[in-house]
Amino acid sequence: MKINPNLAVSESGFLFNPGTGESFTVNPTGAEIIRLLREGLSLEQVIDAFTEQFQVDRHTFEKDLHDFSGILKTYNLLEKDE
Amino acid sequence: MEKQKYERPHILRLETGMPGKFGMRNEPAPTTHIDGMAVSELAEKYGSPLFVLSEKTIRSVYRQAYKAFSTRYPKVQFAWSYKTNYLSAVCNIFHQEGSWAEVVSGFEYDKALANGVDPKKIIFNGPAKTREELLLATNNESLIHIDHLDELYLLIEVAEHADHRPRVAIRVNMDTGIYPMWDRFGFNYENGQAWDALNKIMHSGKLDLMGLHTHIGTFIMSANAYAVAATKLAELARLLQVKFNHKLKYIDLGGGFASKNTLKGSYLPGSDTNPSFNDYAEAISSALINSHFAPGELPMLILETGRALIDEAGYIISSVIANKRMSTGRRATIIDAGVNLLFTSFWYQHSITVAQGTSQYREDTSLYGPLCMNIDCIRDSINLPLLNPGDHLVIHQTGAYNLTQWMQFIHLRPKVVMIDEMGDAHIVRENEEMESITGLEKLPGHLSSIKA
Repeated sequence: MKINPNLAVSESGFLFNPGTGESFTVNPTGAEIIRLLREGLSLEQVIDAFTEQFQVDRHTFEKDLHDFSGILKTYNLLEKDE
Repeated sequence: MEKQKYERPHILRLETGMPGKFGMRNEPAPTTHIDGMAVSELAEKYGSPLFVLSEKTIRSVYRQAYKAFSTRYPKVQFAWSYKTNYLSAVCNIFHQEGSWAEVVSGFEYDKALANGVDPKKIIFNGPAKTREELLLATNNESLIHIDHLDELYLLIEVAEHADHRPRVAIRVNMDTGIYPMWDRFGFNYENGQAWDALNKIMHSGKLDLMGLHTHIGTFIMSANAYAVAATKLAELARLLQVKFNHKLKYIDLGGGFASKNTLKGSYLPGSDTNPSFNDYAEAISSALINSHFAPGELPMLILETGRALIDEAGYIISSVIANKRMSTGRRATIIDAGVNLLFTSFWYQHSITVAQGTSQYREDTSLYGPLCMNIDCIRDSINLPLLNPGDHLVIHQTGAYNLTQWMQFIHLRPKVVMIDEMGDAHIVRENEEMESITGLEKLPGHLSSIKA
């Protein structure tokens, strides 16, 4: 899964899609997921990184990541071929 | 290295356009405690979902209401509306505060007697009283409010065999300028039915006409409607005095005062817009005092308000079962309290708060109950923090009607606890068990085995 490379993401969690003109806010967890995906990590690697870094079990995060990636797709924030 | 605190990921699309009329978002603070008791501990000890009633709030709201009327009118009597909440613990708080009982069925009448209410202080309303119930109420010298002519004639028959003369009033329906006009109960004022019924009572010589009663509707947002009602009842009282030289003991304005809940579709919260007890008291007292009644001869004013007295004292503690996405990407959350417990969610936008601290992030959420039924929606749209399974929510102002109109549907009903004025919790109704339901069933012999 790849994030649309044209997105502008600020450190404070403000996200702008120049293709549509839409703006978003993300919470720190969401911003970290987007950052890792932009670095090219796979979903499995994101899960590994998160369970290492945050107080969350693998099942809970996997479920939340699935939900979050679904909403990224709904908002057209993934690369077109995704 | 210690791991960082986790919050589930969240993204919100920013809507552009004109700012909202009210500018800032309205985000109520978490409800971590009810009357000093931790919500999480209540849920852990008594289960979830859980009804919680606050004795302190019941007494406080009752005293506010009584003060509003008694400082404006010399003779005020409240009668607790059993159908609004007939848990004995609730009824007895109102009775301790001085309320009579207002009942609308034989079941409620028996419940009031079992609670120890003086039968002479029971008002028996309702359109469906049986001969046996009328005889019992007559012999007990309770106040019987007649709903229709069939009941009037039946009561005249009952009087022949009773130990006492029936003490009666009639229920009057009328146009008070509000919509809808309730005309299915009682006798109409404008077309002369009410005056006709009063004449029949006076000419029968068998019944003691004690008062006049009306109940103009429910959740009445206009205090002035009560002024119209009081004026019309006062006019009937004047006619009785002129024609029969008969003085009434009381005028009963019924119930229907709005609580502080917010009706669905309302633009502003009910706490800001609904009339207060002072508004209702001012309208009613002024109308009666300005009517023909001579000073010192004002009839007792009886009030049967239920909803406005008990709504605020009720809470439901509920837990998040699951989060999901609808096809549109919209957030939906399933909780363990549905319309089976919260009948009033069909017409109220209940205030719902979280019971634990959260971050500043919110999402527009559809809140569904646990029933496998499409109608089970508690809030179509509510701005809530990022909830996780097991988190607790507190649903506010649930004290009226939910504990009498709740359904044993799909799920068994939970416990009800009351927190007393000292901050101690008491179970005032146990949760149902399988036996509560199947114990009433009878299985015919040929169906006792499922082997063909």
